Amino acid sequence: MVKVPETHEDRSLRSARSHEGFEYAPAPESRSIVDIKPSYGLFIDGEFLDGHGKSFKTISPASEEVLAEIAEADESDVDLAVKAARRAHSRVWGRMPGSERAKYLFRIARIIQERGRELAVLESIDNGKPIKESRDVDIPNVAAHFFYYAGWADKLSHVGLGPDPKSLGVAGQVIPWNFPLLMLAWKIAPALAAGNTVVLKPAETTPLTALLFAEICQQADLPPGVVNIVTGAGATGQAIVAHPDVDKVAFTGSTDVGKAIARAVAGTKKKVTLELGGKAANIVFDDAPVDQAVEGIVNGIFFNQGHVCCAGSRLLVQESIADEMLERLKRRMSTLRMGDPLDKNTDIGAINSGEQLKRIRELSEVGDAEGAERWEVACDLPTKGFWFPPTLFTGVTQAHRIAREEIFGPVLSVLTFRTPAEAVEKANNTPFGLSAGVWTDKGSRILWMANQLRAGVVWANTFNKFDPTSPFGGYKESGYGREGGLPGLAAYLEGTH
Amino acid sequence: MRRFLHGLPGVDQVGAEARAASLGTRSIKTTAKDFAIDLAIRMVDLTTLEGADTHGKVRALASKAMHPDPADPTCPMTAAVCVYPDMVATAKATLGSSGVHVAAVATAFPSGRAALDIKLADTRDAVEAGADEIDMVIDRGAFLSGRYLDVYDEIVAVKQACGDAHLKVIFETGELQTYDNVRRASWLAMMAGGHFIKTSTGKVQPAATLPVTLIMLEAVRDFREQTGQMVGVKPAGGIRTSKDAIKYLVMVNEVAGPDWLDPDWFRFGASTLLNDLLMQRTKRVTGRYSGPDYFTLD
Amino acid sequence: MARIDVKKTYKLYIGGQFPRSESGRTYVVNDASGNLLANAAQASRKDARDAVIAARKAFGGWSSKTAYNRGQVIYRIAEVLEGRRDQFVAELRATEGVTAAKANTFVDAAIDRLVWYAGWADKITQVVSSANPVAGPYFNISSPEPTGVVAVVAPSGPLLGLVSVVAPIITTGNTCVVIASEAHPLTSITLGEVMATSDLPGGVINVLTGSVAEIAPWLASHMDVNGIDLTGVTDAELATALEVAAADNLKRLRRAPEATVDWLATPGTDRLTDWLETKTVWHPIGV
Repeated sequence: MVKVPETHEDRSLRSARSHEGFEYAPAPESRSIVDIKPSYGLFIDGEFLDGHGKSFKTISPASEEVLAEIAEADESDVDLAVKAARRAHSRVWGRMPGSERAKYLFRIARIIQERGRELAVLESIDNGKPIKESRDVDIPNVAAHFFYYAGWADKLSHVGLGPDPKSLGVAGQVIPWNFPLLMLAWKIAPALAAGNTVVLKPAETTPLTALLFAEICQQADLPPGVVNIVTGAGATGQAIVAHPDVDKVAFTGSTDVGKAIARAVAGTKKKVTLELGGKAANIVFDDAPVDQAVEGIVNGIFFNQGHVCCAGSRLLVQESIADEMLERLKRRMSTLRMGDPLDKNTDIGAINSGEQLKRIRELSEVGDAEGAERWEVACDLPTKGFWFPPTLFTGVTQAHRIAREEIFGPVLSVLTFRTPAEAVEKANNTPFGLSAGVWTDKGSRILWMANQLRAGVVWANTFNKFDPTSPFGGYKESGYGREGGLPGLAAYLEGTH
Repeated sequence: MRRFLHGLPGVDQVGAEARAASLGTRSIKTTAKDFAIDLAIRMVDLTTLEGADTHGKVRALASKAMHPDPADPTCPMTAAVCVYPDMVATAKATLGSSGVHVAAVATAFPSGRAALDIKLADTRDAVEAGADEIDMVIDRGAFLSGRYLDVYDEIVAVKQACGDAHLKVIFETGELQTYDNVRRASWLAMMAGGHFIKTSTGKVQPAATLPVTLIMLEAVRDFREQTGQMVGVKPAGGIRTSKDAIKYLVMVNEVAGPDWLDPDWFRFGASTLLNDLLMQRTKRVTGRYSGPDYFTLD
Repeated sequence: MARIDVKKTYKLYIGGQFPRSESGRTYVVNDASGNLLANAAQASRKDARDAVIAARKAFGGWSSKTAYNRGQVIYRIAEVLEGRRDQFVAELRATEGVTAAKANTFVDAAIDRLVWYAGWADKITQVVSSANPVAGPYFNISSPEPTGVVAVVAPSGPLLGLVSVVAPIITTGNTCVVIASEAHPLTSITLGEVMATSDLPGGVINVLTGSVAEIAPWLASHMDVNGIDLTGVTDAELATALEVAAADNLKRLRRAPEATVDWLATPGTDRLTDWLETKTVWHPIGV
């Protein structure tokens, strides 16, 4: 496994260590709690049906084992789903008092809590992320999201959109593979609270927790057609976006696809929110709380294997402390444990797909070619599955591609700055604008930086913090619209853009 | 001194506590657990610091330190016993040449509120009686009113009075209250020559906590980085279960590094912890949950 | 021969426990037909004093829980109440002589009211806070904080009124001492049982039964009570006297309503904001 490297010779009083070190034995979370079926249909109008497209397989990215066969929804399936959603909206959900809708959402939140362990294990198996993260971050946030929005369902008169704001109707929602169930919660909870019905497509590499969620909707006795889950890839997503009877489109994913969607809905009345890519600057000043800043940098880019749109993928460190920070960073990175996602001690899991791994490798090679210096944690990569060691590039400048393009993997580009103004300039010098981090002990500077940074989320002395009450979304090409809090709800009600 | 200590990087409370909590989620099983339990036993400073202590009580404690589990001779001994200065001779006599050290608290423990010459006399008394280690308390009043140099000078004087005995410096982190203070106290004590830095007397709540120990482990790590010298860390008070102890060992492992995973560089100041470690050790060996009847009280 | 039933004893609910009145007094509570229902505890000023101590003790912990956590606890109270729905319906019919239909409606509404307030816990801050654009380089934010211990005189009526005055107080992190309806006190103690079994920390809600005219003045004049809600005070003279007493430490005050309240109607947010203090913080913005 990963050992702490000795950085210099020890002239100290240290006694010869009498043991090999503290080796953590395997601590696997049991798989027996999940029951993965050999194949899954589409969840339309409260039932599982066969799809008419070409079914595909979902695999575990850690081992490449096939998990299940997944149906593909073709245009006719999408049409069926939208029709079911429309019926459910006009006859049942759209006219149901908010207090009753609330109670369905509370039920769903409760069941998610009850089946939390099962959902976390399934998420880790299908996505590749460490069980520690799906158990402690993803699933609790999923439940919290449903709890939060459940409470809004009967309080819409307090949102600031008038005494009785109306739902939009049917929402078509397409979500990514990096936080499968959490992204589903961010989309479905506010939509339903506001009185809409949904047709949601999970990512093709991570459909399983969405399909389990469909079961949870059945357990909660949710009226048929309120939630429809249609699995598939790009074509299915396009069919949803293009369907004429969808009133609202919500998409989280790459900037390129986001732009394609914006073009596709041009000339229609569809409302759109997009949550796209980022290349966030994590800015560390010389008076930062050093040890916590190191944690924040590590968390910022290596949490979820760097598959995070708001990842702190550019470290902007004040030149006066750059060397020291890098030493500390490398030392800390060397204690990261990469391996079996179901091992409770794993910090870094598998890359989600072969395709993503290829992209990460390509861009890293670009980094080498551009003259940046690569440093990676020394570890043995398993032979099966998709793995990339935590990596950092020093000597990076704004002119490098690895400072501009989103890698979406565990690769940190390190740049330096001299003054606050320069940090702001560099941080803002990007077409993206999703998030930023600021590390300093000085409160007034935190506020000044936050004011100057063109980013939808600014984290000060922390990173990657999410809460259902806290709006999230980007400036510029990181998308438009916000999820979470009141804006997240307002996006599904008439009276806003 | 003030400028130096106040120039050290700050500690963000939320971030520090989050890191400590996150390290606490490590799952230590099977062989790793065996390793950790045995190591933890070897790191215990088995402690009795009561007004009601008698020679009989101290003899019993010392016996237990040498034979924690009479039913199992493979069980390792603890690192030391920790007693008041007037009990050192009794402890020493009982422990003989077993290798278990005698640590004595001194310097008007636990409050530290006495004149310097009294504190030094207290220290010398313990050393002359045979103490291998001295656990001193810093003057928190001086520290909290910013008289850092006074605190420093006191540590230097006590270290001199220790002679060959090793010096542990107790901060009483429950009274220092902020992590910034703990960081400053750590550097102050290390620069003054302490062999160990120690969290608490055990007489004030909160005593040892994971986040406070995290700060101290970061300090000793950084101190070695800068000076090449190693200093030990001892959390004391409030560590009652094997689960707690293992969390501390994980933290030592991942923050300071494996070099500190040794009784020479890390100790637990504890009393009830030992029996819980023994119970867990027994469960690992027999596969059954045990009960207090199977372990000696002292 | 018909089975002899085990009659329930109704005591006070203070600090998560069910003590008798320290005065040892009880008073007779009859049903609608004049038959004995129970001897309810008759609270004394010392019980009121103890209740305030319990509420104050609970305030630190309750107000520092995350809003999400408080919301979940209050939702749990609704879950437990739902589970005991039939018991409350039966008790309301027996003690207050209401019809089955009315009892059902009001108990359902009480459960739903708790769910409604549970959902407010993590939202009221968003609705009443503001970032203020002051004319200078300052970050300025106003946000609400709970005021502390609130005393309530609960309205009479089947359950819903009681729930509707108590829930908004605790949703926002305050703790309370409630004097139940004098004529119909029993359901309030059964509600105390629901609180005690649903993760609500002891002392967050304390229920006193007895004479409003005797107990209320002690709470109105208590210097460690921060707010007083006179909703259930029907005697105008008493209400005025209580208001005068409350002025001694400038308690936040809610007067008795002028018209009859339709408890079934969806409330506004005023019962939430009544017990919130606004704190505004300034901070310079600069490198």
